[in-house]
Amino acid sequence: MRRYRWLAAIPTLGMLGGVPFANRVHPYVLGLPFLLAWIVVWVVITSLVMALIYLLDSRRDAELASAAATVPDDSRSS
Amino acid sequence: MARRGHVMSLEQWSVGGRGFGSVFVFLLMAGEIYTTFTFLGGSGWAYGKGAPAFYILCYGAIAYSVSYFLLPIVWRYAQTRRLVSQADFFVAKYESKTLGVVVALVSVAALVPYLVLQLKGLGIIVSEASGGVITQAVAVWTSSIALVGYVVVSGVRGSAWTSALKDVMILAAAVGIGVYLPLHYFGGYRAMFEAVEAAKPGALTLPGSGMSPAWFISTVLLTATGFYMWPQFFAGVYTARSENVFRKNAVILPLYQLVVLFVFFTGFAAMLVVPGLKGAAADLSLLRIVEQSFGSWTVGVIGAAGLLTALVPGSMILITAGTIISQNIYRVMAPAASDRTVSLVARSLVPVLTLVAVILTLRGGQTLVVLLLMGYNFVTQLFPALILSLGERQRVSAASAIAGIVAGELTVVFLTVTGASVATLLPGAPQMVKDLNVGFVALAVNAVVLTVVALATRVETPVVTELARTR
Repeated sequence: MRRYRWLAAIPTLGMLGGVPFANRVHPYVLGLPFLLAWIVVWVVITSLVMALIYLLDSRRDAELASAAATVPDDSRSS
Repeated sequence: MARRGHVMSLEQWSVGGRGFGSVFVFLLMAGEIYTTFTFLGGSGWAYGKGAPAFYILCYGAIAYSVSYFLLPIVWRYAQTRRLVSQADFFVAKYESKTLGVVVALVSVAALVPYLVLQLKGLGIIVSEASGGVITQAVAVWTSSIALVGYVVVSGVRGSAWTSALKDVMILAAAVGIGVYLPLHYFGGYRAMFEAVEAAKPGALTLPGSGMSPAWFISTVLLTATGFYMWPQFFAGVYTARSENVFRKNAVILPLYQLVVLFVFFTGFAAMLVVPGLKGAAADLSLLRIVEQSFGSWTVGVIGAAGLLTALVPGSMILITAGTIISQNIYRVMAPAASDRTVSLVARSLVPVLTLVAVILTLRGGQTLVVLLLMGYNFVTQLFPALILSLGERQRVSAASAIAGIVAGELTVVFLTVTGASVATLLPGAPQMVKDLNVGFVALAVNAVVLTVVALATRVETPVVTELARTR
């Protein structure tokens, strides 16, 4: 199971779900009006979350590969 | 990756022999994002409409996170079947050449307006950059001829290389301008936004009705849905050497997309510095403020970058449209045709399609964004049939996919021709519902028709396919 993949839904839900509440000018964040800053932050989070999933997937693929090989796998278990 | 033989095969020409690594696929995909629309339309929207322009920043991030899961499935299937077009995917999945023809027609109907959009932007850029010496018509004709030449000769490989050059130029130009202008005219970003808010109260937030949060969210979702349904994106997926390419891209592309932010900055600066551009002229705001701030020589530099932003998607569109028509329409009508003939037909279609687009460009009059949105609604109609085909078993019939797509497209045409919105269709609905993007109506019609026909025409023997392994 790769349940951690559901993490990918978080940025979309956060970004769009927050729009009605973030739809304001103040407070400014890093010089940006709040709505724009809200969106930019979630775009950055999208990259971070996808990077996390990529890492977890790579680790899982490596585990599957070593399990498939005849060499016994003594490292991490999922 | 040298060319094999004297005549490049269709597989070489349209999907680069499936040998592109991360960097090339990244450039192709990124090349598609930074089109003339992003460059001129993005600043034009910020200039003319304000905060609603932010939707351009949102849909890409969502589409990329979906791409992480969607594209490897598509790639694996295309790889084993040696598919060259998006329509091929539907033909193979639904085992129906008729569906392939329908998808091909939809693709071409969407690709032509998209090409027109690129040529229109190109004409604007060149004529502005030359200070009006070169007319838009001359610019469109000459660059189209250049486009045809390089597409016919080099295929998708040429697009990837041009994209590399273009991205360097556009990154430098867009970021440079976006960083400099707010500092130069206002002393800082916050100062610029405060000046914008003072001059045009409400420009930095979404309005309560019209382009409201409901409009924003529905438009972002609809656009993200249609994103990878573009046939040239879909076929771009086939160029990859391995599926890991898409996973890496899904991590990097959202960040890369933040370049759009600087395009917005330029649009907002232009709002105060070069006011008064109305309607379609808003698309000129970026060029006008650059000219006023740096003098006309810089407009030449921007013009060169802008030219490339139109050429890369333009070439991808031509390759894709040529491939689709030859592979999914011509081959079906002439089953005896050899691979070599089909490949030649694909390339001979390039000048024909360009000519059609040039004529439409010189005669059309809509603004950039409206054109793109119509094309978007066309390809978005492929989404339900595609998603339903991704499972291990093919559960719905080709007839239902065809019925859904046709019903959806007819609805798009009807809505576009009548200029309908949810507000005109449902005058009694709450404001939030009225503001929803009207594209959802077509998608809903599509889904309902597809479901009804699917129930009526059950697939007798479910076709078991080998992909979509869940690990």
